[in-house]
Amino acid sequence: MKSFTSRKAPYLFIAPAIILLTLFSLLPILVALFISFTDMDLAGLADYSNLSFIGFKNYIEVLADPVFLKAIFNTLFYVIVGVPLVIVTSLGVALLINLGVSKVFKVFRVVYYLPSVTNVVAVAVVWTYLYNPAFGLFNYILESMNLSAIPWLTEPTVAKVSLILMALWRAVGLNMIIFIAALQGIPRSYYEAAQLDGANTWQQVTKITVPMLRFAIFFVSITTMIGWLQFFEEPFIMTKGGPLDGTMSAALFIYKNGFQLSNFGYAAAGSFILFIAVIAVTLVQYRMQSKESDY
Amino acid sequence: MKGNKKDKLFQWTAGIVLTIGGILFVLPFFWMILSSFKMESEVIQIPPTLWPKEFTMENYKNLFENMNFGVYLKNTLIIVLFSFFGMFLNAMAGFGFAKYNFKGKESTFLLVLATMMIPSQVTMIPVYLILNKMNLTDTMLGIVLPGLVGAFGIFLFRQFMTTIPDEILEATRLDGASEFRIFLQIILPVSKPILAVQGILAFIGGWNSFLWPLIMANNERLYTLSVGLSLLKSQYGGNFALQMAGATFMVMPVIIIFIIFQKNIIENYTTSGSK
Repeated sequence: MKSFTSRKAPYLFIAPAIILLTLFSLLPILVALFISFTDMDLAGLADYSNLSFIGFKNYIEVLADPVFLKAIFNTLFYVIVGVPLVIVTSLGVALLINLGVSKVFKVFRVVYYLPSVTNVVAVAVVWTYLYNPAFGLFNYILESMNLSAIPWLTEPTVAKVSLILMALWRAVGLNMIIFIAALQGIPRSYYEAAQLDGANTWQQVTKITVPMLRFAIFFVSITTMIGWLQFFEEPFIMTKGGPLDGTMSAALFIYKNGFQLSNFGYAAAGSFILFIAVIAVTLVQYRMQSKESDY
Repeated sequence: MKGNKKDKLFQWTAGIVLTIGGILFVLPFFWMILSSFKMESEVIQIPPTLWPKEFTMENYKNLFENMNFGVYLKNTLIIVLFSFFGMFLNAMAGFGFAKYNFKGKESTFLLVLATMMIPSQVTMIPVYLILNKMNLTDTMLGIVLPGLVGAFGIFLFRQFMTTIPDEILEATRLDGASEFRIFLQIILPVSKPILAVQGILAFIGGWNSFLWPLIMANNERLYTLSVGLSLLKSQYGGNFALQMAGATFMVMPVIIIFIIFQKNIIENYTTSGSK
């Protein structure tokens, strides 16, 4: 078997992956950019001669579309409420687990990680049931404690928060693991020195641990933010974007316009605006991070 | 040691806080599983019962006899098989990047990493159009091709394979083995730990696949379990016991696999994260 000569070998090894990535990740960016300037719809899909170039019309229209603006507002709401919540919760859980001495604390890693690996559709179905105003467990618990029921998925703002709570539940696991990894990378000697100086646990956490975790916090906030900008399955399955487009996300808007209304060009323009937002957010975060580490 | 009492108090507080949080974290699973064994009438009963009065398998039977879950299961398993094949391609690419020097290596690898940044919402419409052009819509190939390889997998394989000493490869080369045989018979066996982790992640990813089958499949023949379950929710929205059985059926295999292999998965993240 000499089919692989050593000079060609590396190219043959990477070829399948590179071809697939080019075809389904890189090339689509160009295609998306192109069709965002056209009126591509079902007729255009059937026969490319039906396609006409319409310049920035899609962009101008989508930026004036009240549903799109609502989706952008909701997406910002998800990011602004969701990101800090995910960071604080997963960091808190990671700290508690990491500071625990007993072996039992390792069990908690599994418990908190579990929601991360489970199917988002199944999870959304289950939470819809938990949130159900009439038969749901959550309102039953609230009522049995003599508190008033909450319109979990039926009031626009509350519905957004409900989706965030559920997504938080799924997000804690993976981020907690990243924080635990970073915590274990902090040299023990720092703590020993602080203990000699008489620092208590709280002082050690705030003066050593959190500053040393700056990179992990940066990483988690970037990935979480990108995740929230692409928020899709939860509103798609649980609320279909409702009530009154109150949970409509940018990603769901693109899906609906692209695949339910077949306005491919229009949806592509929306997706490009989302893409630019993702890049901008990443760059801003990156700038802030490099500025902070200057001192 | 000074402050021992305080330490003990802290340990107990941390334990209690984590336990309460942990109970809240498993509560949805608990509720889902128990509800899936209840009669429909019991599921919508007020006040709700925690433990089923009478265990029934009716919901599960219903899924397979009337809801096509057998077909969905078959499709999902086919996708899982393909994702193992995709993992093999990732490993090949990782090996190519880790153990060879060739022209354009750095820039190609950067390009691979750059694909991680692209939101799937941007590519989903063009990929649909490309597959439509290739006459692959409404086919299994169209469902699996776009997700077959991934930058993250390639990256992890490359990281791991860089640490394999070159001497082993050289020795095998001197024995006259082809490069592909070196990959199959030397590299893959040595890479068992990373293959195990990637294999589990490939299984979970394939088992959970949702968005792409939803877009590609025009009829139930090609639906996956996730798509079937979302269909079930929109068509039998009021039938919670049935939905809970579907959800349990989707979630339990992953939970079982995860609990068996959790040490590998978590440790892999922990070590790759601290490097």
